[in-house]
Amino acid sequence: MSDVIAAIATAATPAGIGVIRLSGDTVFEVGERIFRAKSKKRISDAAGYTALYGWVYDDQGDIDECIALIFKAPRSYTGENVIELSCHGGLYVLQRALRAAISAGARPAEPGEFTKRAFINGKIDLTRAEAVMDLINANNRLAAKTALASSEGALFRRMQKIKHDLTVAAAGLSAYVDYPDDDIPEVEPKSLDNVLANAQSQLSDLLDNFESGRIMREGIDTVIVGTPNVGKSTLMNLLAGCERSIVTPIPGTTRDIVEETIRLGDVVLRLADTAGQRITADDVENIGVQRARERMDRASLVLIVFDGSQALTEDDLKLAEVASKQTAIAVINKSDKPQIINDEYIRRLFKHVVIISAQKVKGIDDLKKALNEVTGLSVLSGDQLLLSTERQRDCARRCLENVDKARDALSAGITLDAVGVCIDSAISALLEMTGERVTETVVDEVFSRFCVGK
Amino acid sequence: MGYFAGRYDVAVIGAGHAGIEAALAAARLGCSTVLFTLNLDWIANMACNPSVGGTAKGHLVREIDALGGEMAKAADMTLLQSRMLNRGKGPAVHSLRAQIDRREYTSVMKYRLETTPGLDLQQEEVIGIKRHEKGWLVQTKLEGEYLSKTVIVASGTFLKGKVFVGDINFDGGPDGMFAANALSSSLQQLGISLRRFKTGTPARVLRSSIDFSKTGKQQGEDPVIPFSYETKTKLENKADCHITWTNEKTKDVIKRNLHRSALYGGIIHGVGPRYCPSIEDKIVKFADKERHQVFIEPCGLKTEEMYLQGLSTSLPVDVQLELLHTVEGLENVKVIRPAYAMEYDCCDPLQLDSSLEFINIPGIYGAGQFNGSSGYEEAAAQGLVAGINAALKVQGRPPMLLDRASSYIGTLIDDLVTKGCTDPYRMMTSRSEYRLILRQDNADERLTPIGRQVGLVDDERWENYCQRQSAKKAERQRLYQTIIPPNEKLNQILVSCETTPVSTGVRLEDLLKRPQLNYEKLLPVDKKRPKLDPMVKDQVEIELKYEGYIKRQQSAIEEMRRLESRQLSVDIDYTAIGGLRKEAQEKLMKVKPTSLGQASRISGVSPADISVLIVWLNSRQNH
Repeated sequence: MSDVIAAIATAATPAGIGVIRLSGDTVFEVGERIFRAKSKKRISDAAGYTALYGWVYDDQGDIDECIALIFKAPRSYTGENVIELSCHGGLYVLQRALRAAISAGARPAEPGEFTKRAFINGKIDLTRAEAVMDLINANNRLAAKTALASSEGALFRRMQKIKHDLTVAAAGLSAYVDYPDDDIPEVEPKSLDNVLANAQSQLSDLLDNFESGRIMREGIDTVIVGTPNVGKSTLMNLLAGCERSIVTPIPGTTRDIVEETIRLGDVVLRLADTAGQRITADDVENIGVQRARERMDRASLVLIVFDGSQALTEDDLKLAEVASKQTAIAVINKSDKPQIINDEYIRRLFKHVVIISAQKVKGIDDLKKALNEVTGLSVLSGDQLLLSTERQRDCARRCLENVDKARDALSAGITLDAVGVCIDSAISALLEMTGERVTETVVDEVFSRFCVGK
Repeated sequence: MGYFAGRYDVAVIGAGHAGIEAALAAARLGCSTVLFTLNLDWIANMACNPSVGGTAKGHLVREIDALGGEMAKAADMTLLQSRMLNRGKGPAVHSLRAQIDRREYTSVMKYRLETTPGLDLQQEEVIGIKRHEKGWLVQTKLEGEYLSKTVIVASGTFLKGKVFVGDINFDGGPDGMFAANALSSSLQQLGISLRRFKTGTPARVLRSSIDFSKTGKQQGEDPVIPFSYETKTKLENKADCHITWTNEKTKDVIKRNLHRSALYGGIIHGVGPRYCPSIEDKIVKFADKERHQVFIEPCGLKTEEMYLQGLSTSLPVDVQLELLHTVEGLENVKVIRPAYAMEYDCCDPLQLDSSLEFINIPGIYGAGQFNGSSGYEEAAAQGLVAGINAALKVQGRPPMLLDRASSYIGTLIDDLVTKGCTDPYRMMTSRSEYRLILRQDNADERLTPIGRQVGLVDDERWENYCQRQSAKKAERQRLYQTIIPPNEKLNQILVSCETTPVSTGVRLEDLLKRPQLNYEKLLPVDKKRPKLDPMVKDQVEIELKYEGYIKRQQSAIEEMRRLESRQLSVDIDYTAIGGLRKEAQEKLMKVKPTSLGQASRISGVSPADISVLIVWLNSRQNH
């Protein structure tokens, strides 16, 4: 018996067609919950190697018109029942379709899982076992790095915060029951419920944000800073223009909160879309260093731009000092002009210095290389990011489910042991991404917070 | 020159809580067994607190009993006071705890050992274990050579034991006994890697020197619920415990003298248990806490000795006295045994498999504190498992492996052999992810069939067990089939219990499921209720009330057991499996898991590594 897994099977870049692949014993049941054929024919009635034309939909309505390709076990890539939904390309559509599949009972595929199943079901030659294992591992490394990329972002931080709150609650509960004779504060259902209610609303918020697509578009939160006329705008335009923008604005989100997500080589960056967000030395002068620092603090990556054809100004120096406290790349622009700048000073402050000409589109490869080094991502693609994000969403969803159960148990007057088990499951869902174990996490928390024992 | 002292199936080193369970189990399973102890008068010594059970530990005692161990029975026979802890916090965390007459406990256990057929007791220090073509040669200080097919090391805190009191330290075991200094190097020669752990115990004081008018009283609970399913006699509470608190003055004394503590003076290098901090630890680490609790517990009926739970310390004796005298009720207390800290050798349990046998040294087993655990109950549980498995090995039968879903014993062993431990391991309910199923009330249901299969559960007990099970089944059926029509009396009960009244017929089962109701409250509408064993009643009610939660845990267990059923051989060379990450390879080589399930619980082994292992296993099977 194998459960149904789902993933985007094509590269998540704007393309004519994007494919969602689903595999597993009960895949046709899952498929029927998200796909409606124009001919009204049911997927389970269709023969293998046939196609149905229709619509993929979720509870909001139709997502896209698409073709469903039906494969029946064992005649499929994985050797299981498989559906491939060929939709129109575009991340938004693919992501929504994938999510519909997950809501309908599939789970996001693990790295290399389709290939693993193909192998186990004898679809891949035994001599290729090594290659399959390597693939699983390579995919896993990629996934880990992708998770790291989002760990730079708000998503990871927010999940960490919820995990922390729940762990503290679980530890309080654990100390209270495991050390009944010790001087442990009694766990009041009311205050426990407050903690749970808080986690619940944070998780709901988080999931809402997923729904509106904001988190999906999250790349590395990047800010471009520099004194006026060093070429920030040219660089911004260059970055946004020379590579494809991987995400199009989603209907319904207001224009002013949309940030530009761009892909530069293998790295996905989220750049503020409005010029007003950029920090200039004027800010340093007028609003104060504090604000500049705050904006840069919020960013995961700072690109600080200098004009190579000019000497460093007092403003440049002030800004550089603030930026150098951050993960930053110094970009010395205007390499096409005679160089006057004291780049030695900059190299002392910044580990990564790139010389470019935004105007003449020179040195971009060096910038890509530096970005790869700084982010630790040698390979990262949109579809990997998406799947990683989708797994995190799935974790958050299961966490919320268990927090709901814990609150229900509390309000129904079920004893604290059952409440505790629900909280453990909630934490456990969040820990999946990092592979920690809930029992140890909670026990460690007990000993660090409470003076217990004889 | 040594003399040949005898031929045995199982040799057990150490007659503490682990060693006696191991020896009894092995002998009862028909193996000729020899049990070595440094001192016959201190068999089953409670070197620290005079009590058995407590949260999660009470569960362990019940499980030991269900498998056919001895601890529960001996505790019932010698208890001074008993309480069910955590009432009101839910059935998963109900735990029995009993104060024990510790010298009585020793006598009972010693007599049990002396009268068990096939079991020889020897007061002798084991100084070496040597490989022999027919097993192992166990060598003693008095030059005895015992040939045994299997050896269980249950050396407690005795291996290179060192006692610390302030800046004074000396070789020794607990309670003034000798240390066992020779065996460590012999174990190392066999390839066992050892490390230093630390523990400690508070002072014992004279009852007549305590002013009980200034302390609180803690009495036992009536009726006393026994640990053992076989205890039929009515048990009584015979003594009280008392409670007092440290204060600012105590804190001052400790702070002023911290440099004189063996712990803080840097003399002790061993790793101490996190859950069992010394009073100086508590004051340093939880500086904001104004006071710490001290329980005054009786050590027995025929002694004035009292144990001061909460005041374990390695401070010198003059400071101990000064600090005790700051505590209310202890102003004039007389110390008859000073507190001390101890260091000892123990093994890294990652070297063991789940049968508690050393992976690389077949025939040698470890149990108890030697394996890095702490606590009498944890020790006894491991001793029982090691004893059973040594016997099964001798008899050519497959080992008894308890998984995490079966018991706290299984959880304890899995934690030890899979994750290892960085400080002495204590069982807690929060360590079990399946704790709504692993309850103390259903330990017999979970483990008696296993004990029966192994051969430690006799016919009478098995008969009783089967009767209880069928009574339970019948009652579940009755509750399902009995439908109470809506009536005034029922709705009166429902309203008075603050739950919704009914307008249609309702199954008794569905009524019992409501958190507000119980057997007692439903009596007026449940006239045809047969006479029920209170244990059956408890279990049925818990199963119904927590049905949803239990079902969820059960499906998690099924998932876990799927991975558990994929076995891994201990001689797999993980470094040769290319797809595994380096970290995973190293961890797998160290732990040598016996199943994919165990592998998946090793920290540092990712789900992707497990996927790689599955592929690898499949490719091997198909070849």
